[in-house]
Amino acid sequence: MKAIVSVFARDAKGITAYVTALLAEREINILDISQTLMQEYFAMIMLVDLADCPLSFDQLAQELKAKGAERALDIHIQRQDIFEAMHRI
Amino acid sequence: MSYLINSSEILQTIEMIDQQHLDVRTVTMGISLLDCADRDIRACAERIYEKICRKAEKLVETGCAIEREFGIPIVNKRVSVSPISLVAASCQAEDYAPLALTLDKAAKTVGVNFIGGFSALAHKGFTESDLRLIHSLPRALTETKLVCGSVNVASTRAGINMDAVALMGRIIRQTADIDPMGCAKLVVFANAVEDNPFMAGAFHGTGEPECVINVGVSGPGVVANALKACKGQSFDVVAETIKRTAFKITRMGQLVAQEASHRLGIPFGVVDLSLAPTPAIGDSVAEILEIMGLEQCGTHGTTAALALLNDAVKKGGVMASSHVGGLSGAFIPVSEDAGMIAAVEAGSLSIDKLEAMTCVCSVGLDMIAVPGDTPAETISAMIADEAAIGMVNNKTTAVRVIPAAGKGVGERIDFGGLLGSAPVMPLHQGSAAEFVERGGRIPAPLHSLKN
Repeated sequence: MKAIVSVFARDAKGITAYVTALLAEREINILDISQTLMQEYFAMIMLVDLADCPLSFDQLAQELKAKGAERALDIHIQRQDIFEAMHRI
Repeated sequence: MSYLINSSEILQTIEMIDQQHLDVRTVTMGISLLDCADRDIRACAERIYEKICRKAEKLVETGCAIEREFGIPIVNKRVSVSPISLVAASCQAEDYAPLALTLDKAAKTVGVNFIGGFSALAHKGFTESDLRLIHSLPRALTETKLVCGSVNVASTRAGINMDAVALMGRIIRQTADIDPMGCAKLVVFANAVEDNPFMAGAFHGTGEPECVINVGVSGPGVVANALKACKGQSFDVVAETIKRTAFKITRMGQLVAQEASHRLGIPFGVVDLSLAPTPAIGDSVAEILEIMGLEQCGTHGTTAALALLNDAVKKGGVMASSHVGGLSGAFIPVSEDAGMIAAVEAGSLSIDKLEAMTCVCSVGLDMIAVPGDTPAETISAMIADEAAIGMVNNKTTAVRVIPAAGKGVGERIDFGGLLGSAPVMPLHQGSAAEFVERGGRIPAPLHSLKN
C-alpha cells in the first residue's frame, strides 16, 4: 500500500534525518520526497511504500504521531488514494 | 513531487481537513426491517434488535478504520431503518414506543450516535398504523436518546394531507411539553426522500435494497475559504469556484462510500452532497452567503445567494460521484450555524426570510426555536406553508421547529453538541386555527399547461 507522510513543524536542524530514520527502522521505502519552508514553518511530504512494513496501518500512524510529538513535529500518514480521488479525474 | 500528485495539492487537502472543517458528515447504513413484522410487539422488537445488531455490527469499527487510514474525519456513523409504521402495522399494540426503546437500545449496542426511521408516510392519508405511530411520537422521542422520527405529510403527486398537518402541530406541542429536545429529533416532510443519510429525517425507504451504505459529505468551511479568494469577481467566477470545490469534496465522499461499502460487503447507495453547517466557527453556510457580499445573512439578496450556492454545489458534486441522492444542496439549520444564530440575534434574519430561503435550499425550516407558548395551530400552519412550497416546487421541504418550553422571544435554548443552540424567534401572532381545523386534503398541483 502506498501512503503519504506529511510532516509539519517549526524549522530546525535534523528533521528530515529524524523522520527518514523512523521510516527506515519500520521497513518503509521512500519513493518520493519534497520539502518547503512556508515562513518559519517546515513542511515535508513523502510518498512511501508500506509493502514491507510489519506494522498495521493504525499502529504505524500512532507510532509516527508519538515519535513526532517527542520532537514537536506534527506527523500524519494517510493513504494516497484520498489525494488522488480529490485532485485527479 | 513526480508521482501523480504534487505537494501543493496534498497541502491543500490537509489544510481543508485541519483548518476548514472538511469532513465526511455521516456514513449511514440503511437496513430494511420489513421482515421483522409480527403480531406480537415483543417478538417484533426482538427481531428488530437482532437484525440491526447483526447488520450494523461492524459499521462503527469500519468507519473508524477508514477515518484513520485516509486521515479524514467521519463525524457520525448512523443507521436508518424502514418506516416503523410499516414494520409495526401487524402488531396488536396501540403504543409503538416500546419499538422506539428497542431502536435506542440497538443503536447503543452497535455504537451509532443516531438511528432514524421511527417514521410514517402519510402524505395522502393515514393507515391505522400511521396514526398509532404518530401518537407514539411524544413518548418515543422523549424517552429515547438516539431515536429520530419523521412524518411525510405532503407530496407533489398527492397534495397535502391537512389532517396530518393539524395532527403534527399538536404532536410537536405535546413533545415539547415533555422535553423540547424531542422536537429536535422530529422532522415533518413534504416529498421526503428514501435515501437521505442525514438526521433527523433519515429512513430506509421501501424502494431501497435490503441493506445499503449512504454517505453524507459536508464542507461549508472549504467553500467559504475558496470564495474568499474571489472577492469582487463576477457570479460566473463564484459559481465556478463553488462547483470546483464541491467536486473535490464529493470525490472524497465517493471514495469513503466505496471503501465502506467494499469492507462491509454492503452495496453503495448514494453520496448526499450537502453543505451541512456545524456550530463551529468557520463551518457556516451563512458565512458563505456573507462572503458573496451580503452584510449579514437574512438581508435582501440572501435568497439569490443561496439559490446560486445550492445549485452550484449540486452541479459540482454530480460529476464526482457515480450516484448522487439524498437531499443534496445547502442546509440552513439555524441552531447549527453560528452565522445564522448571529443573524437572528442581530434582527437581520426573520422567520419569513427563512421561509423564502427554503424555496431554494435543500430542505426547509430547520432547527428553529419558537416561543414556548406557540399554539399547535400556528405550528401546523408553518408546516402547511412549507409543505406547499415543497409540493408546488417539486422539492423536499421540511419543518423541524422546537417550541422552547417556558421561554420567550430573545431567550436561548441549548441542545448541545452538533445540534447547537438557538435564539427563540418571533412568529406572527394572527391565528390560523380556523384554517388548520378544516382538515381534508389540499389537492396536488397542476404540473402541465405551463404556457
